[in-house]
Amino acid sequence: MIEWIHPGLLLIVGAAFIPLFRGSLKKIYMLALPTAALIACIFTTPGTHGVVKFLGYDLILGRVDKLSLLFSYVFSIMGIIGVVYALHVKDDAQHVSSLVYVGSALGVTFAGDFFSLFVFWEIMAFAPTVLVWSNKSKESIDAGFRYLLVHIFGGICLMGGAMLHLAETGSIEFSSMMAYEGGLAFYLVLLGFLINAAVPPFGAWLPDAYPEATVTGAVFMTAFTTKSAVYVLIRGFAGTELLIWMGAIMALYGVVYAVLENDARRLLAYHIISQVGYMVCGVGIGTEMALNGASSHAFAHILYKGLLFMGAGAVLEMTGKRKLTEMGGLYKTMPVTMVLYMIGGFAISGVPLFSGFVSKSMVVSAAGENHMAIPFLMLTLASAGTFLHTGLKLPYYMFFGKDSGIRTKEPPTNMLIAMGMAAFVCIFFGVFPGVLYNYLPFETDYAPYTIGHTVSTLGMLGFTALGFFMLLKMLDPEATASLDTDWFYRKGAKAFMWLVNNPVVTLEYNVVGEAYEFIIQKPILKLAQIFRSVDAAFIDGSANGLGKVTMAWSRVMQVLQTGQTQIYATVMALGIFVTVALILLLEG
Amino acid sequence: MNIFEKILENPKNFSVVKKLFYAALVVIILIEIAVSLLHLSHGHFSFDALPGFGSIYGFVSCVIIIVVSKFIGHLWLMKKEGYYD
Repeated sequence: MIEWIHPGLLLIVGAAFIPLFRGSLKKIYMLALPTAALIACIFTTPGTHGVVKFLGYDLILGRVDKLSLLFSYVFSIMGIIGVVYALHVKDDAQHVSSLVYVGSALGVTFAGDFFSLFVFWEIMAFAPTVLVWSNKSKESIDAGFRYLLVHIFGGICLMGGAMLHLAETGSIEFSSMMAYEGGLAFYLVLLGFLINAAVPPFGAWLPDAYPEATVTGAVFMTAFTTKSAVYVLIRGFAGTELLIWMGAIMALYGVVYAVLENDARRLLAYHIISQVGYMVCGVGIGTEMALNGASSHAFAHILYKGLLFMGAGAVLEMTGKRKLTEMGGLYKTMPVTMVLYMIGGFAISGVPLFSGFVSKSMVVSAAGENHMAIPFLMLTLASAGTFLHTGLKLPYYMFFGKDSGIRTKEPPTNMLIAMGMAAFVCIFFGVFPGVLYNYLPFETDYAPYTIGHTVSTLGMLGFTALGFFMLLKMLDPEATASLDTDWFYRKGAKAFMWLVNNPVVTLEYNVVGEAYEFIIQKPILKLAQIFRSVDAAFIDGSANGLGKVTMAWSRVMQVLQTGQTQIYATVMALGIFVTVALILLLEG
Repeated sequence: MNIFEKILENPKNFSVVKKLFYAALVVIILIEIAVSLLHLSHGHFSFDALPGFGSIYGFVSCVIIIVVSKFIGHLWLMKKEGYYD
């Protein structure tokens, strides 16, 4: 009897069989996998499951409590939606890596020790890289390599921190690191997590890679890496004061870049950074309310950000355009996409009756309750910025604005259904926040719909919209690229290659190469000649002698090797008979 | 022609939408001021209980974000497309 089915391993193993199916059977199988994972998550009982002994340590594959369950639900739901969105795609590599990616995020969520966490963490670095490469342009291949390198570096930080932690405590258990605050292990593990959470200055990989991924691949990518990082931050680093400030800065950082951005999906990617900022800030505040806020915001965010990427992806799929300067007027031919996108836009902006309102406000209120005036103001400022870009600027230039003359049609039905599913969830949790609050890690009686909060939010959003229309001319997107911290490794790598190709190669060829020839190569050749003559004289002689002896002996043995199976069988049977007889004789 | 086109392409309908938008803003800020004066809601700080705080802060935020970001962008962050090639 299997005690527990690991939803993540189910997906990772199950994904390997996708290429074996054809036609509609393949689609059914692809849908069945994340659905089965969701069911497995729902039927998982709190407690510790899947403990495996490894090198004398207990690997805990299934640490199940309210926190891990909440994240596992939303990861599986997003897996289902993502698969629906990608059903029309005929590329097994993408399908397999998407589901392996979802599985690895579930693996991280349930991991109770650093070893298994690390293994799933590494899968989570490789699987989405395939989704970037699958776009097959030069930009995406380069961006994929950068993505992979950054995440491998993050993985090494995590591993290094875990090893130091093991050396200090003798334990590989992954739980709150707050008792070890200030140590090197603490900071290395934290750095590993912050890289995946895309906290500036370590977050430039996100807007670099996501817009280069395939239309459907990017939808998966928005959900798992950053939010599983938020999950492990809640587990390990709740109450780390540094994170309050990093989170608040992060929330504004994404907003500033979103003003400058012209690529639709890159603008949305910068807003992932901004939104994850709220969660990181909540982790830093560390109170029950703040952690509930970080968890519920992660839950809501995964679904509305998936929806937004699906909307921008649908436009890219149908028009081939990714720059805002080349779009406009699409509402005429893609009204359904536009409405569904707007639901996501309202959700991320925290418009009342949409999911972002009931989750984001928990974090902001937690900052308020702890009298943190500056983070409170920064997060509220970022909220205005979120509405400004995701709810106003992007849809304005994409769907309305100056008519680009592009006449297209709605995307394939499966893409619209996936967007509809996500849109439904965004509204459902906005209208019934209690359903979401029930699943939060801590009991809560938080009431988002007070008159003061609702009206002040509406005022904030309404007057942001007023400002937007007043300054519309200033906001016209410009066809530029923005500098981010990836400058250091992109220009740095170029400088490094120049250094290698010019001074280092010259030095190596003219100085080291020459020196090598005189000091090492020539003496070694001399030595080799001496060895060769010794070899010819003695070793070869004895080898030949051995050969002669063997040949003579084999002539004798030839007689026994008849090549007839029945004779061999007889000899074997005889041998067994004699052995059994001997054993019986000796025992008797 | 879908419903959105009927609203936006017809100047008469569009001006109705515009008027509704402005009317909504006025209603919201009036309610917000009323809520604060009647003490229907308590803020976390001294400033967020001010009459109309949400609306004013929203407008100011929007302007600051656009002006400051564009300023930094033109000064430093925005480069030509293909900067890294």
